[in-house]
Amino acid sequence: MARNLVTATINGDEVEFTCSTEQTLLDVLREDLHMMGTKNGCGSGDCGACTVILNGRPVNACLVLGVELDGANIETIEGMAKGNELHPLQQKFLDHAALQCGICTPGILLMAKALLEKNPDPTESEVRFGLAGNLCRCTGYDKIVRAVLDAAVEMRASKS
Amino acid sequence: MNNKDSAGTNFKWVGKRTRRPDGPDKVTGRARYGDDMIVPGMLHAKILRSPHAHAKILSIDTSKARAFKGVKAVVTSADIPDHPLTKPPYGPIITDFHDISCNVLAREKVLYDGHAIAGVAATSERIARAAIKLIEVEYEVLPHVLDPLEASKPDAPVLHDHQYTHGVDPEPEKPSNVFRVVTGGRGDVEKGFAGADIIVEREFSSQPVHQGYIEPQACIATASEDDSVELWTTTQGHFVIRAFCARLLNMDMARIRVTASEIGGGFGGKNNIYAEPVAIRLSQMTGRPVRMVMSRSEVFRATGPASGTHTRIRMGAKKDGTITAAEVDIYNQAGAFKGSPVGRSIETFFSAYTIENIRASGYDVCVNRPKVAAYRAPGAPMAAFAAEGTINELASRLGMDAVDIRMKNAVREGDQSLSGIKYGQIGLLDVLEKVKSHEHYSAPLGPNQGRGFALGYWMHGGGLSSVSANLLDDGTIAVATGNPDIGGSRSSMRVMAAEELGIDIEMIKPIVADTGSMGYSHLTAGSRTTFATGMAVINAVREIIDKLRALAAKKWEIPVEEITWEAGQAETGRDGIKALSLKELAGMATKMGGPIAGHSEINAGGAGAAFSAQLVDVEVDPETGFVSPKRYTVFQDVGRAISPDYVEGQIQGGAVQGIGWALNEEYVYDDQARLQNTGFLDYRMPVASDVPMIDAVLIEVPNPNHPYGVRGVGEPPIISAPAAVANAVENAIGITMSSLPLSPPKVLNAIEQGQAEKD
Amino acid sequence: MVDLRYESPETIEVAVALLAAEGQMARVFAGGTDLLVQMKEELVEPALLVDIKKISETRLIAIDPDQVRIGAAVTGAELGENEQLKAMWPGVVEAVELIGSAQVQGRATIGGNLCNASPAADSVPALIAAEARAVIAGPDGIREVPVGEFLTGPGQTSLGLGEFVTSITLPKPPEHGGDAYLRFIPRTEMDIAVVGAGLSVVLNPDGTCAAARLALGAVAPTARLVEAASEIMVGNKLDDTVLEALSAAASETCSPIDDKRGTIEFRTKVAGVLACRVAKIAWRRAENN
Repeated sequence: MARNLVTATINGDEVEFTCSTEQTLLDVLREDLHMMGTKNGCGSGDCGACTVILNGRPVNACLVLGVELDGANIETIEGMAKGNELHPLQQKFLDHAALQCGICTPGILLMAKALLEKNPDPTESEVRFGLAGNLCRCTGYDKIVRAVLDAAVEMRASKS
Repeated sequence: MNNKDSAGTNFKWVGKRTRRPDGPDKVTGRARYGDDMIVPGMLHAKILRSPHAHAKILSIDTSKARAFKGVKAVVTSADIPDHPLTKPPYGPIITDFHDISCNVLAREKVLYDGHAIAGVAATSERIARAAIKLIEVEYEVLPHVLDPLEASKPDAPVLHDHQYTHGVDPEPEKPSNVFRVVTGGRGDVEKGFAGADIIVEREFSSQPVHQGYIEPQACIATASEDDSVELWTTTQGHFVIRAFCARLLNMDMARIRVTASEIGGGFGGKNNIYAEPVAIRLSQMTGRPVRMVMSRSEVFRATGPASGTHTRIRMGAKKDGTITAAEVDIYNQAGAFKGSPVGRSIETFFSAYTIENIRASGYDVCVNRPKVAAYRAPGAPMAAFAAEGTINELASRLGMDAVDIRMKNAVREGDQSLSGIKYGQIGLLDVLEKVKSHEHYSAPLGPNQGRGFALGYWMHGGGLSSVSANLLDDGTIAVATGNPDIGGSRSSMRVMAAEELGIDIEMIKPIVADTGSMGYSHLTAGSRTTFATGMAVINAVREIIDKLRALAAKKWEIPVEEITWEAGQAETGRDGIKALSLKELAGMATKMGGPIAGHSEINAGGAGAAFSAQLVDVEVDPETGFVSPKRYTVFQDVGRAISPDYVEGQIQGGAVQGIGWALNEEYVYDDQARLQNTGFLDYRMPVASDVPMIDAVLIEVPNPNHPYGVRGVGEPPIISAPAAVANAVENAIGITMSSLPLSPPKVLNAIEQGQAEKD
Repeated sequence: MVDLRYESPETIEVAVALLAAEGQMARVFAGGTDLLVQMKEELVEPALLVDIKKISETRLIAIDPDQVRIGAAVTGAELGENEQLKAMWPGVVEAVELIGSAQVQGRATIGGNLCNASPAADSVPALIAAEARAVIAGPDGIREVPVGEFLTGPGQTSLGLGEFVTSITLPKPPEHGGDAYLRFIPRTEMDIAVVGAGLSVVLNPDGTCAAARLALGAVAPTARLVEAASEIMVGNKLDDTVLEALSAAASETCSPIDDKRGTIEFRTKVAGVLACRVAKIAWRRAENN
């Protein structure tokens, strides 16, 4: 089986891995690097549970091949908190009870981070459409949307 | 029982908004779900599934798969014990191990597209996937049936030649897809209808819907040579998984130790066993750990949806709104094996109302679909869709307000549900009054908008729960339960324990213990956990308090009766004796008698019925039939909100699941009864932009049977949602809607037919 | 089990050579949002993936004096961020931006949406309405084909052995022109079009229609140009009579199927509804140009 040697930056660390061609980024993260925070909900880009940030853009890790990633910069949920300090979105998700079972949470947090980087002051509707690629079956989205909007306020305040 | 609420105690923690104890691990990706475990040396397993909806298995040849490089074992039904048929006629026992065994791995027949036939364990998932294709199965394809009404007809293809309808007189001579007919009733229905000024008669239908948890089923089994097994799995009840696996595989229960992973959603769908026994057998055959993870398509094809239903209903009322009679026949799809929640449907149809004359019959019907599983208030949403829809039509034809007609007929304390549950302190009238006084109720509507209203009832249950609370040297307490935390139970356990002890919640560490460490605990299901397991937590913590009082008595050398426990410390009225804190006492314990722990193993009774009413505004695009929910308010009697954030979360999540049920979720089969929408792309659950904020109005009428007044909260919010949404659509377009889902083609059709009738 | 190989050439010539050598077992790989799903579902089992993203031509958006060139591997997100292009062909951009979630937008490419050749592809009706052409590289050099002719059936294109789409060209937008794309889906996001409608219109100085092209997706084996639309609209203003005729013409053009996403009846009706709605949007844009 063809193995490809890939060097990528994951959460700021240079990581070298080999992968077969059909292995997705999701497979590489979970099966080979044992980074289990990126969740596998569907494998077809429909649930968003495996959302990671690839070269600054949110993507479904299940729809990216490992072999494409030489030189890529990847951000996963494991890199969202800086040491013990949670990202404001993580804090707000806890404060607003914006998670229940939590399986969609890592993907939603990364999508929300990407969303707020592009649009620091979104409306409720923009948050809802921005998160439309992330299914959550527990919360009905209400508290998630509130947490993202509240995090946006805090993140804007801390920037100004 | 000591009821703190009725005593008017000010709570320190109950009712406060606190961060959930499982939160940090979940926002950092550290929490480990079913698929997040790796065991050294593990094999990967995949399951071969039937492409046919109904066929005899003539032969299975696994030789090529076995010979494939990297394959370590292949398992078929021949490798698991056969569980003989119960002699017909059956008793009304639904947990039938013959059925479960045939569902786990098909025996003589496959009964639905996706039915498991064989399992392969290999050194990689890729090899396992390739190997299952090498298994040769010879089928004799049989005619199939998907619809419960069709399946109930005498000439329908019969799934089980050994199944004769139970509960009919005379005893049937021919096998049938109808497993049983459940009946209920009271009074004299004909007399009731004779006394009615108006009678509404309608038929309703609803489609099967999937629980839609985002985490697929996943497990790892590790068998040992001494016949013991360790099983890691995502489940709502690892004790139940243990019992089922042991029984199915003829193993000693104590030899199976099940650890529940963090669970990525269940909603009733993870109460059952699917791959676990297969993984155990493969591990036993290979001597290696075996991991089995379902794909999303396997989840849709082979795990349980909620029943689709067909309902004929008739209700009569007097001019003043008094409902005089109601009768109903409901056909519930059970899927491939008997056991739809038809009893629950019957119980929930009319139990919110004091209708004197009722006749209800429910048919549990096998069809060529996956076996149904519980889904949030099993049986109730479809019943409410029909009953509430009919009551809304009664109200409308009588010119009555939708809430008023319900107030006129609402049950109160002392009334009985259809099955005879006598209501204690209930909050139905409080809920209805709150609806009427709420601003949403009379808010103006825009063009093409309509407002819907419906009510839901859930009886709730208690059941078996075990808790072990261990006081540690430093005064912190580990509270272990046997209930997987699916909706925030660790938070509510922690709150109740801290409240009892009068200490900071951070001193309590709640955990979910494995089956080897705890007494039996029934499923985290039916909204029972905060009520029943919560009661066990309170008992266990009270035992600790008693032991601490005894320790203080020993230390102070005074009678224990003189010692009270207040605000986290032992106190006595005597002068000169300084109170001892929990921490101080904890430090003394090991030197003065030994470790302190509290246990409770209970069968909790006295769960309180709960009612959830919903108001929804929708806007309908008259040219496309697209329905957009614009505003949503849920009014629910929650007894006592231990953790209001998580109570609201349950309500919001349940309502949105109900919106999905109402609008777009359904199974699409082709003419060969093969499932066409096996992914989230075409099984259309609501996304964030489909729904508005869900306002949750918590009404607290405490359940007197629980120390803090807890009622369940998870089931009720889904019950009335499909009915409320349908009613809103009806009011927006002026046409009655009786068939779920209210997908755009159906709504557009109704609009056009309505126009044609007007023209 | 096929041993799958991966190549990421940096020139068109090398890509063509790789594709030609591998034949039917090769697949062009760009965003992967369709291909990887099809591979997972085992609908396709290629032996070679030729990743075209390192070929600079496929990644460019070039706005030349007489035309616009969009590289085949440009993603929806990148198109949406190009304000100049958005002002020129808003309908094309909004169509590509409708493909999938934000996560899919970061990967899914305009060329991939075209070459996947789904009857429901969102970009295609808008591209046909805009008279877009596919630029195809192959063993015999470069050729250009109108998008409408490029697609030959569900999942079928006119690509020959060794050929792949390097870019898509759009004409310079005409003065007083405007385009728009609308689709119907059962939810607000994350669905495949049940019906899609792209329309491009040019207005005369007196406010009547000078030229119009309406194309429909998901209502036939390939996206269809509504031939009658031009005749109905040209010389007229967008009044109720025109809209009614446009709606009828759109519905008449449909020959859809019943499937998990919609019924024949529904698709036919909604095609007429969307035709009118999209005409109004395109018209308004044309008036402002």
